[in-house]
Amino acid sequence: MATDASVKYRINDLVKVRVASPPGHFRTPTYIQGKTGQIVALCGVFPNPESLAHAGSGLPKQPLYRVEFEQSEVWAEYPGPAKDKILVDIYQHWLEPVEAPGEP
Amino acid sequence: MPRVHDRGGWSTNEPIDRSDHQLTDWERRIDALHGVLGAKGLRTTDEMRRAIESLEPELYESMSYYEKWTAALEILLLEKGVLSKEEINQQVASSKGQE
Amino acid sequence: MSDQHDDHKLHPGIGEDSGPSEYELRAKAMEDLLVTKGICTREEVQREVDLMDARSPSDGAKIVARAWVDSDYKAMLLADAHTAINELGFHLPDTTPQLAVVENTDTVHHLVVCTLCSCYPRMLLGRPPDWYKSLSYRSRAVVEPRAVMREFGLEIGEEVEVRILDSTADLRYLVLPKRPEGTENMSEAELAGLVTRDSMIGVTTPRTPETAAA
Repeated sequence: MATDASVKYRINDLVKVRVASPPGHFRTPTYIQGKTGQIVALCGVFPNPESLAHAGSGLPKQPLYRVEFEQSEVWAEYPGPAKDKILVDIYQHWLEPVEAPGEP
Repeated sequence: MPRVHDRGGWSTNEPIDRSDHQLTDWERRIDALHGVLGAKGLRTTDEMRRAIESLEPELYESMSYYEKWTAALEILLLEKGVLSKEEINQQVASSKGQE
Repeated sequence: MSDQHDDHKLHPGIGEDSGPSEYELRAKAMEDLLVTKGICTREEVQREVDLMDARSPSDGAKIVARAWVDSDYKAMLLADAHTAINELGFHLPDTTPQLAVVENTDTVHHLVVCTLCSCYPRMLLGRPPDWYKSLSYRSRAVVEPRAVMREFGLEIGEEVEVRILDSTADLRYLVLPKRPEGTENMSEAELAGLVTRDSMIGVTTPRTPETAAA
């Protein structure tokens, strides 16, 4: 059994955050779930906090990405300028790929 | 429906209270105890977060920061069988008796 | 495990003049029991208290000042914060959570929050301020960052992009603030004196030479 999930996304990939509310501990805030953003960094590969929180092994480790979202995409009535961004650190298993416009 | 700790974007107009309080001795010590036990592998950040998140919502919102840390540590130490509730209660009762 | 919530129905010790709260007593009881059982020592706890008391924003300020005067150091800091920090003589323990430094510029202003709890670069800045851990900061920083900064006295122009970082996972973030104008002739130590804790979180900017002298 592989101990690390393999790195799936590259910088600039578009990704969508899964919507879910699993029982137990998880680190994906509700406000960002269902939103589409862009990978800006691979932060590293880390043990899964959902498992560690219950004294589990944390395996398989998950790649952790810094994902950038436009505030106007995240909030229905964002009061600030359209260029403002929010960056959230999200584990790979919470992300789904999205095709960029114009891709086949 | 976000859980009580999942706070981003919750509707509030409450201005941010920028006053700082000096940590009391007991707050420093429970803070330190977490660090010491963490270094010994008896408590992890993830377990600690999970324990705090398990507090009743109305308590989560009313307890102070270090009161939550105290409650969380007790949850974890009991869970791991390091201490028992009876021992802690007895120790508290003894300390009151000595006042 | 079934009745572990009972004691948590205790009232928090708000406004109690008459001695320690139940939580304080339980905290002390746990420490006493752990020491009696040999799981930890009083000295270990005291050492940890002293370690955290010794950490303060002035540590972060030194890092910022060095990055302002030395562009190679700044590059290293942005690429590998732990290595850069330890280069200045700090000894970050191996268990320190990974730290990333983000740079404020003329066009980008960063703000750091932890909406889910209170993650903060403690080993570099010390313990976080109460407001950082507050429900109102955690709720509002992500949805109305400019209003939050305004409360701290900071107005960010519309032409500047605000970037909020929500420290949801294993990383902690430190803001490298923009170097204030008119500081070309200041020494590194004087520059460090301009750097405030709040400017390294992003709710404010550093002091200026004028306000620092006041």
